[in-house]
Order: sequence, then C-alpha cells, then structure tokens
Amino acid sequence: MPEDVKAHITGVVFQITSKVGDSLAAGDPVIVLESMKMEIPVESPRAGKVKEIKVAEGQTVQEGDTIAVLD
Amino acid sequence: MLESVLVANRGEIARRIFRAARALGIRAIAVYSEADADWPHAHEADEAVLIGPAPARESYLSVERVLEAARRTGARAIHPGYGFLSENWRFANACEEAGIVFVGPSWRVIRQMGDKVGARRQMLWAGVPVVPGSEGPVASLDEARQIAGEIGYPVMLKAAAGGGGIGMVKVAEEAALAQAYATAERRAQAAFGSAALFVERYLTEPRHVEVQVFGDGSGQVVHLHERECSIQRRHQKLLEESPAPRLSTALKERLTSAAVKGAKSVGYVNAGTMEFIVQGEEFYFLEMNTRLQVEHPVTEEVTGVDLVQAQLSVASGEPLPWRQENIVQRGAAIECRIYAEDPAKNFMPSPGTITRWSAPHGPGIRLESGVAEGCQVSVHYDPLLAKLVVTGATREAAIGRMEAALETFVVEGLKTAIPFHLRVMRSAAFREGRIHTQMVEQGAFNA
Repeated sequence: MPEDVKAHITGVVFQITSKVGDSLAAGDPVIVLESMKMEIPVESPRAGKVKEIKVAEGQTVQEGDTIAVLD
Repeated sequence: MLESVLVANRGEIARRIFRAARALGIRAIAVYSEADADWPHAHEADEAVLIGPAPARESYLSVERVLEAARRTGARAIHPGYGFLSENWRFANACEEAGIVFVGPSWRVIRQMGDKVGARRQMLWAGVPVVPGSEGPVASLDEARQIAGEIGYPVMLKAAAGGGGIGMVKVAEEAALAQAYATAERRAQAAFGSAALFVERYLTEPRHVEVQVFGDGSGQVVHLHERECSIQRRHQKLLEESPAPRLSTALKERLTSAAVKGAKSVGYVNAGTMEFIVQGEEFYFLEMNTRLQVEHPVTEEVTGVDLVQAQLSVASGEPLPWRQENIVQRGAAIECRIYAEDPAKNFMPSPGTITRWSAPHGPGIRLESGVAEGCQVSVHYDPLLAKLVVTGATREAAIGRMEAALETFVVEGLKTAIPFHLRVMRSAAFREGRIHTQMVEQGAFNA
C-alpha cells in the first residue's frame, strides 16, 4: 500500500538524498529541508521503496505537504 | 566621513548599524524583502528600498538588487552586516567596481580567507598554529586514509569551500572512512558547489575562543581581546562572553598576539575575527571571519568601544581610533542569542508570529533586537530574533544579572532559546567556567 511521506516542518528543499527505486529503512532521510538556515532531514516513516519524489531542490514546502511516496 | 551607507542586511544587525550611522551623522539606507515590509528595520533608516521577494537569493543575497538599490539612493558605502553577502568577495569586488565603499576588508582578503585551505596555508606561513591535518584538499580517498593514519583517529572531514559547520563529518576509525568520505563529498558539492575536502584531527571537548582584531589602511592592527564562544549547537554559537573564563594569562597573550600576527600577514583592514580552538594550553587557528561578528557587543561592553562606528570611520579612510595599550578589558559581559528555536526539540526552527514581546531592561542590560510584537518570523532567514547582552563587574555578577533578565523575558507566539539559556546560567559547569564545544550535544544543559 503506497504511503505519502510528509514534511514535518515548513522549509525549502535543500537536498534530495534518495531516488526513485531506493530501498529505505524507517528513519532514513528521504530529503533534507532547509528552514531558518538549518538543515532538517525528512525521514522515511517505515521501510519501503521510493515510488515517487514530488519535490525539487530549491522548492518551498509547507508543513504537511507530501514530499515523496513510498511503495 | 562617509555621507551615506546602505545596510545590506535585516533584523537586529541592520538596526545596530543604523544606530552607529546616526551617531556619526551618516545617512542610513535600509533594504528589505517583501516578507520584511512590517519589520522594524524597514522603517528606521532615512530611506528604505524594497529589493525583492522573501527568498534570500532573490533579495538580501542578490548582488545585483543590492547594488541597484545603492545606485538608486546614491549610497556612498555598503555595510554588509554578517551572513548574507558579508563574506562574498565577488560582492565586495562589485562594490569596488561600482565606486561604492564596502565596509570591510578588501575583496582579495575576503577571497583569500574564505578559502579554508588557503587561509590555513597563510596562517602556517605567518607562524600561527593550525590543527594537524592535510595541507590542502586531499586528492582521493587513499590520500585521506594516509593522512588520517598519520595524524591519528578520530578525524574530521571538512568542505574546503565551507563554513558554519555545514558539511563536516567526524570519522571515528579507519573502517568508517570510505563511507564518511563519500557523504562529506556529496554534502560539500551540494552546499558549496565544490566537493573538495580536507582532513583534520578531531579534537575532543575543545573550547572555541576567538580574538577580535581591527586594522586600518596604514597597516596598523590591534586586538580587542578575546571572546569565549564554546556553547554551541550544530557548530553554531548560542552564547558568548568576554573575558573567556579559566584562560591563563600566558595562553591569552599567545592567542592575541597570534591573532594580530595572522591579521597583519594579510594586510587586514576593518573589523575581523580570528577563531581558534583551544585544548588545554594548546590552540589552533580555525578560521578568520572577515566581517563584523554577531557577538561583537560583548567586546564593546568590556572595552567601551563602538566597533560599528569604528568600522564606518575606518571605511572612510580614517586611522584606527585607538592604540593597543588603551584597549582595556573591564568587567565581564555575556550575550545570549534569542533564537526562534525549540530547545526542547533539539533546537528545531520555530517560525510563527510574535504575539507578545516583553523584554528585560535596566542597568547593565543591553538588548539588540530585530523584532517587535506582530512580526512574522519566516523560514527564509536565520532564526536570530534578538541578542540579550548583560555586563557585570565580575563574571559571577554578569551571570546573576543574565539569569534575572532571562526570567523576565516573555516571548509568545513561537518557541525561543530562553529556557535553554536559563539552564545554562544555573548550571554548575557553566558557573565554574568548565565549558567546551560539545556540551550541548552531550546534553549537559538538558531539562
């Protein structure tokens, strides 16, 4: 069952640290957000394969936005 | 003296520079982004120019837009404050080419000291001690392994083009080197556009002590004593003080003379800071900040000088207003950075609207604030709201005054570092001056 990975904080996408097809463990960073000059990883909520990355580096995301989808 | 100065910054430091300009009769020009239209700094200068939307790269970090604002207002000088364009040599160079005075050192010195490897080489040449490590960027993982083996683990991998602790990776043992090397290269490339790394000895529980230096166009360089800045999170300072506690007279003398020697070796002009790491009686050059520091007020409080006025004066071509023997450290000063961060959640950012702001005041209390009630604190800029600076006849008196001031400081609408600072003031280790840069991450001040 696919699951959305959501940003837990408002920020700008600093780095995309995973790619479609990557197998992640729970807690692995999916992307890194920058907020108030801090880099904050958005972690995978469970183990799974990255199905889709929905953001691009430099993009602003709001708290609660879907940043990726896990298979 | 300069006729006018544009302040290419925001928040508390912009207001601090306006104040100095006003005292010298210099016309002050503000710039602001759309997100800051209601912030105090956009309303307190003689003129203000909207330079773009909220993202810093389209406003405060845009060389073109800042220069355009300067041209449009006829600004004779630009003060960059700290952060943003302050250590961007291309910006300083563009100012020079546009016939505008950049309040700071020459672009050549900014470029030289901004290259961490070049700065390290320069300091070695000048006889200033540096942390044992690679002399320049390492060419490969194999070279990193060889150097790490020579200097001994743990080691630190650092981005050659980096700063502010971004992209540093600690390596505990040889088995972890390959993976850490790949991580550090990737981070360096992403953050700074260059994957070049260097390898340094990792120091355990060191202190961060820095020396304020100041030079003028005639080649004269003085120091304005030291600041202790060991209380940090994520390699960024939370609290600073002067004098540094438990610093032997001999070590202090070696630090300040090394700082002056290093600054003189590059022909340093205007305000700058030589940062050192101290372990026991040994010290090593960390980096030079070629700008005004956030924590400059603690130096002002103990020496009685106005560093920002001196910056404007030296940028006008005046000689240094002081002689070394007249710069005396008196009493003790502490600065707490009031960040919009949640110390209970590992200092996560806490953007939001300030619904209440009731700051302490009284003798020996100085507040450098960028905000007011109603300000919306956005994700686009750093989280510094204000700096609370207190002075006392002794360090103990300053700590007591800071504790009392923090207790009455009320901020509502977002989380701040105030509860953290209160715990620091009440901690036995801090009160005894037994501090190092790893204390916060070790949980020494946890609730």
